[in-house]
Amino acid sequence: MKARYASTIAVAVLIFFAGYAALFIAPDEKTMHAIQRIFYFHLPSWIAMFTALSVVFVANIAYLATRRSKWDSLGVSAAELAVVCCTIGLATGPLWAKPVWGIWWTWDARLTTTFILWLLYISYLLLRGLLDDPEKKAVFSAVFGIFAFLDAPLVYVSNRLWRTQHPQPVILGGNNSGLDPMIGKVLLLCVIAVMGLMILVLLDRYRLEQLRQEFDELRLEQEALALEPSSIGRERS
Amino acid sequence: MSAARAAGILLAKELRVEFRTRELLSATIVFALVVVVLFSFAFDPTAAESRRYGPGLLWISFLFAGSLMLNPSFARERTNDTMDALRMAPISPFAILSAKMLANFIFMSLVEVVLVPVFSVLYNVSLSGIVCRLVLVLALGTVGLTVAGTVFSAISSHARLRELLLPLLLLPILTPLLIGAVEATASLFVDQPELDRTWLALLAGFDIVFLTASWLLCDYLIEE
Repeated sequence: MKARYASTIAVAVLIFFAGYAALFIAPDEKTMHAIQRIFYFHLPSWIAMFTALSVVFVANIAYLATRRSKWDSLGVSAAELAVVCCTIGLATGPLWAKPVWGIWWTWDARLTTTFILWLLYISYLLLRGLLDDPEKKAVFSAVFGIFAFLDAPLVYVSNRLWRTQHPQPVILGGNNSGLDPMIGKVLLLCVIAVMGLMILVLLDRYRLEQLRQEFDELRLEQEALALEPSSIGRERS
Repeated sequence: MSAARAAGILLAKELRVEFRTRELLSATIVFALVVVVLFSFAFDPTAAESRRYGPGLLWISFLFAGSLMLNPSFARERTNDTMDALRMAPISPFAILSAKMLANFIFMSLVEVVLVPVFSVLYNVSLSGIVCRLVLVLALGTVGLTVAGTVFSAISSHARLRELLLPLLLLPILTPLLIGAVEATASLFVDQPELDRTWLALLAGFDIVFLTASWLLCDYLIEE
């Protein structure tokens, strides 16, 4: 319990400093000015999303290989988190694009891919809600999760071949790319803060899912016990 | 029994069940036709416009029709619990799955064989000289559609709201297939048709990835 409080406080402090650094310490961007500061939360939320998606994929495979319910819990927790991060990314993107590109949205490879991923993982969560049997829910959602993850590169390649407008990667993107060292430091702080927050939420969500599964099992047992005497009685009479 | 022979017997069973009534096929063809006709109200169906929107229209109607047609593929087996009988038979799960995939491929191809000529007449798009290449594009696209669709039909057949769930799972996954198929078809619907190899490669890649994944994961799909 103590560790949880400590980590929550640590992440809260990190988030505070990251926000402060992004707004006041990071240098002003030459052409985009203040609006560019949204980048300090836009990029980290994408990094967090791709991390969460990889966790979902690994958890799905691990579940099918081992059939341990903890992997299923981890899968659904990470999938929910990925949808949240994706929503943040999809919301901050247009806010940034409108003043800079002059449009809210464009059907570019990266935007389209993330939009499709968002839809796919919402479908993943919907599928879980529509399957009643806990075992089937775990197996089938794991299979769907693997297919969805495999689909992502195909969606990206197909859109890339088709049309693209999103800027080339600024970081590690070639000779002319690169960031001001100060921007790099602030960005690193923001990535650490957002990742810290995501890990914290993921762990809590995982614990909640485990409790929920335990509760469901107990309830099923209880129902089975409650049914038994009456059904035996009916047979005898 | 070898997997191929088991799959052959199951395929024959699928075809026999369908051709006894032909209800699934006829309903799907009519549905696809309705979509094609409705599109003529959504935009001006002149020859020039049709060439621009035609490929998209054609593939959207196939995808919609497919996502509805694939629903009963596994749901049908639940009515008399025949899925349990199939599972108990000493055959590999992939034989069951691939028989269904093949049957769905045949059904979908029949729908396309009816629909493409009708489309060409209604929208004034000439097919002369491109038939062979178009068949190749249609075949690659249909393989992807039926492979992914059959797998997801196995998943959605266990869920509530399965008729709604299957398109929901299937259509976003098929994005790369739709782009590839539409662009490949579009490269044929021009004055000097020349098949764009990039898109064929994308379609083939999609087919290979999904076939391999469904082969690896079929044990989990068929089990109860």
